[in-house]
Amino acid sequence: MLRSVSKSFVGVRVLDHIDLDVTPGEVHAVVGENGAGKSTLMKIISGAYAPDEGSVVFAGETRVFRGPREARRAGIGMIHQELTLLPDRTVAENVHLGHEPVRRGLVDRREMLARTSALLTSMGAGPLPVDAPVGRLGIAQRQVVEIAKALALDAQLLIMDEPTAALADHEVELLYALVRRLRGRGIGLLYVSHRLAEVFDLADRITVLKDGTRVTTVPAAETTTAELVRHMVGRDLSGYYPERAAPGDQGPVRLAVRGGGNRKLRDVNLRLRAGEVVGVGGLQGSGRSALARALFGVAPFTTGEVRLDGRPVRLASPRAAIRAGIAYVSEDRKGEGILARQSVLDNALLAARAISGPWSGRAGRTTRMRELLGAVDVRTAGVDQEIRFLSGGNQQKVVLARWLALGPRVLLFDEPTRGVDVGATSALHDVVRRLAREGAAVLMISSDLPELLGMSDRIIVMREGSIAGELSGAASEADVVALAVGAAPGAVA
Amino acid sequence: MVDTLRGRLPRVRAGGPLPILAILGVLLVLVAIRQPDFLAPASLMSFLGRSAPIILLAAGQYFVIVSGEFDLSVGSLVTAEVVIAARLIDGEPARTWPVVALVLASAAFVGLVNGLITTWLRVPSFITTLGMLLILVGAVYLWSDGSPKGELSEQFRRFGRRAVEGVPVLGRVPYALLVVLVLGGLAVMLMRSDFGRTLIAVGDNARAAELSGVRSGRARTIAFVLSGGAAGAAAILLGGYSGVSFQAGSGLEFTAITAVVLGGVALGGGRGSVAGAMLGALTLELLFALMNFSGVSGTVRPAVQGAIILLAVAVTAARSPSR
Amino acid sequence: MSALSVVARRPVPGVYVALVLTAVIGWLVVALRGGALFNQATIVSLLHVAAGLGLVAVGQTLVILGGSLDLSVAYVVSLSTLVAAETMNGGNGALLPGVLLALAVSAGVGLLNGLLIARARVNAFIATLGVGLLLKGYLDSGYDGPAGSTSPGLVQTLGYQRIGPVPVSFVVMLAVAAAAWLTLSRTRFGHHLVAVGGDPEVARLSGVRTDRVLVAAHVLCSLCAGLAGVYLAARLGSGAPRVGTEGLYDLESIAAVVIGGTALAGGRGGVAGTVGGVLLLAGIDAIFNQLELDAFAKQVVRGVVIIGAVAVYARRAVRKGRW
Repeated sequence: MLRSVSKSFVGVRVLDHIDLDVTPGEVHAVVGENGAGKSTLMKIISGAYAPDEGSVVFAGETRVFRGPREARRAGIGMIHQELTLLPDRTVAENVHLGHEPVRRGLVDRREMLARTSALLTSMGAGPLPVDAPVGRLGIAQRQVVEIAKALALDAQLLIMDEPTAALADHEVELLYALVRRLRGRGIGLLYVSHRLAEVFDLADRITVLKDGTRVTTVPAAETTTAELVRHMVGRDLSGYYPERAAPGDQGPVRLAVRGGGNRKLRDVNLRLRAGEVVGVGGLQGSGRSALARALFGVAPFTTGEVRLDGRPVRLASPRAAIRAGIAYVSEDRKGEGILARQSVLDNALLAARAISGPWSGRAGRTTRMRELLGAVDVRTAGVDQEIRFLSGGNQQKVVLARWLALGPRVLLFDEPTRGVDVGATSALHDVVRRLAREGAAVLMISSDLPELLGMSDRIIVMREGSIAGELSGAASEADVVALAVGAAPGAVA
Repeated sequence: MVDTLRGRLPRVRAGGPLPILAILGVLLVLVAIRQPDFLAPASLMSFLGRSAPIILLAAGQYFVIVSGEFDLSVGSLVTAEVVIAARLIDGEPARTWPVVALVLASAAFVGLVNGLITTWLRVPSFITTLGMLLILVGAVYLWSDGSPKGELSEQFRRFGRRAVEGVPVLGRVPYALLVVLVLGGLAVMLMRSDFGRTLIAVGDNARAAELSGVRSGRARTIAFVLSGGAAGAAAILLGGYSGVSFQAGSGLEFTAITAVVLGGVALGGGRGSVAGAMLGALTLELLFALMNFSGVSGTVRPAVQGAIILLAVAVTAARSPSR
Repeated sequence: MSALSVVARRPVPGVYVALVLTAVIGWLVVALRGGALFNQATIVSLLHVAAGLGLVAVGQTLVILGGSLDLSVAYVVSLSTLVAAETMNGGNGALLPGVLLALAVSAGVGLLNGLLIARARVNAFIATLGVGLLLKGYLDSGYDGPAGSTSPGLVQTLGYQRIGPVPVSFVVMLAVAAAAWLTLSRTRFGHHLVAVGGDPEVARLSGVRTDRVLVAAHVLCSLCAGLAGVYLAARLGSGAPRVGTEGLYDLESIAAVVIGGTALAGGRGGVAGTVGGVLLLAGIDAIFNQLELDAFAKQVVRGVVIIGAVAVYARRAVRKGRW
């Protein structure tokens, strides 16, 4: 069904000649680490992206879809990671959006309601109020509506991208039953998931992607969790990482969290020592970013206690966190990091300007910042250049310099090297390690397992909003994945 | 590595003052061809003095626009302050200075209210300031029973109509021009300060600014206060120059916005300089003067302004990368 | 995951509760001062006010539901009165051509707005402001005062004819509102429009052609404003170049929409609420008239009501939480 598909974004090859096929009545699971290319692949099949090379063959015909509208009409339904429902519209309206039944020029509401009910019944879903706004439904029910929406145009292929991400355990069971029933009706299903247990529950065949290439496709019955994890990881650790801290280098506890919790986090207990780099692993949505954002006061802890250098602190806002000596590098560099249209220098001085008093701290600041930008090795035609013309890696170095100017005691990094080229990545790693050596406590979230293992003195792994476990820096990729997906560590030996 | 940081690129940045200087130059040439005596020191000085209020309003509007908002109340604020000043002074020279202070303070206060409603109550700024426009116009009519009362003192009016006489080469230098030079200089300095840089940061990416510790609501509110204050200063000059009427500031908010856009400032915030905005005002006034010389009626001004705004926005949209 | 909150879909928007309360309080206050709020003359004039504002506000509802906005409606109203009255030129012969031409010109303005916003991706506020200024320039330069003469036939019917206390124009407004309601609830276009306003990306992924939908909404909005202009031409007997701006149709129509419970960000609300909002604003107006409140005081209160109403809804939107 998919022949040798490739796709690049801004020169980075995200998919490299992928072949994949789904037969009617089959659940074909696609697994892989964050960033393996799963979502891009699904978007190509569903028409949201066009492939650079290769083709999609659907129902015997080679197709080039010029957008989701065409793919939908051809019979490919897609369920995105984020729900695509309008909360203010009714179930029936959402299911039929874009192809409302019309009689004599007017939308035939009765027909629409009837079709929706029939569709939901045929899916075997429980009774749903088809004339109620989607906003009144629970998450699991919305997921059902989302599936009905994808099926409403007689989809023969249904793509599900992490459909259980937001569901509770009993809701997952309902989804399983639904998937099996659809399979029984001869619909082909592409099922993307991180969660291996789920994949074994459902899939007939499993394809493993890694770094944009297809590693293997195997019948589910002929493989094991351990084998899949090996396929998913097992990259050679060729990258260079700076030397870790010796045990004696670590200082006192800088930051301590006891019983921290909020809407996304439960019972977080954490200690960061001066001089150490603590890695945070886990799947997307496991609470990794929520942890950093709680510590930085973006979405603060509502329960528990945070101490900084032994003193309780209230981190109610980013400003409060900054004043307490905490710095945060967001994973969303464009949306939350840089001021795209300002100069390198203005970007670097932002935090210093924001918190300095009107009459203080200005003398020599610009000179010092120029030196700092040089020290973190920013490559630019000049500090007056607009930052948007810099590479991702250089942008990230500027953001780093912004914080270094304040001499922070705790640094929180969320995916600091995402979208950053190899050279800049290595430079960033050096700076992070140097900061730790100079006495800062560093918390670094990364989906890049080699980076996580190479940089961290210790690794905590998050799962479902709490800390699933802690590993030493000598742990293996498999250990991290096993903790993150909730497999028993022994199974992945 | 430090030497790679030293500027090698010439400093031609988008939003810089070069394009507006070029337009200004072209217009000057056109004026020189059409009306050569216009460039004589005397008439040039008087033109600059006349343009002073709109330059001040453009500077004030700049602060608000660069932070990502709009202030549509400044025209009516000018009217209100002129009418208030006339009634309070009522021809008494002794009341001049207290009233000047009151005009500036009350105008800044109106800006404060605009800012707080926009940032605290999260009312879109165009609704806040359009509502304020209604309130100001209504209130000032109400207070003066439908026609302006009292009169401005000669001392008050001198800011807008008198000049330093006998300056070598230039002849008369209007006080209004001096006021603009001083306040404009302060505005440029302010934009180079920490506050100015963070204000632009808020307009560029409020989220990123907040995550770096910037209090964006506070910065925006101050911008509204500055816009109000500038309207107060403009009212003092305008009242002096053209006297008291309910039409004193009518439509000036659009003129100011057009001037700011013409000066290379992006609507929506984050780009452009206050010097550019003020030059934009000067250019716009020169354009109107040129239209005047060419016998074009002043009534098409709004259309010219509308065309400039749409053109500027379309050019920006075409130049910026997709999405 | 955004907007997890449960949004109650009430058949009767809260604005009608406010309407009844206002009526009762207004009646009491007026009665205490020895007047009568609910006599024929007051009701007739209230319904006339509501007819004009209602037509504009119904159109405004469509664009706001779609996540856009139209600030040019006031100028479209004025333009339409002139096109209609000048084409008719006092005779009944050109009645229909006059009406059709006025509507066609209005639709053209809407098309321009829509293309600027949907295709050129200019911010709706700026695009419609710019187009508004273009129209203002045309009106200011072309007209000093009333021009043209409306067909007597139209004046007698649409302008003044009544069914009991209910003016024909009010019935026309209700018919247009009903048509808009039917469009929103029972046509594909309506469903798609609300989806675009709710989340353009979701709409696109669901196969909605978002650009077309938005352009069509702007054409309909301007048509509604054009129809309001035809009505005002019938009411005034001639074309009036400033009737739209003096009637504050831009701000008041947006206010009526917001008071009627439609989210300013789009995607939620409807015409029924807007009609309530229109009646509320017209009712307040009638009460002020009965109290013989000064026209200027009325304007102050209008400004406060508009800012206050938007603030209430803006705060509610924040509480309901987008994140």
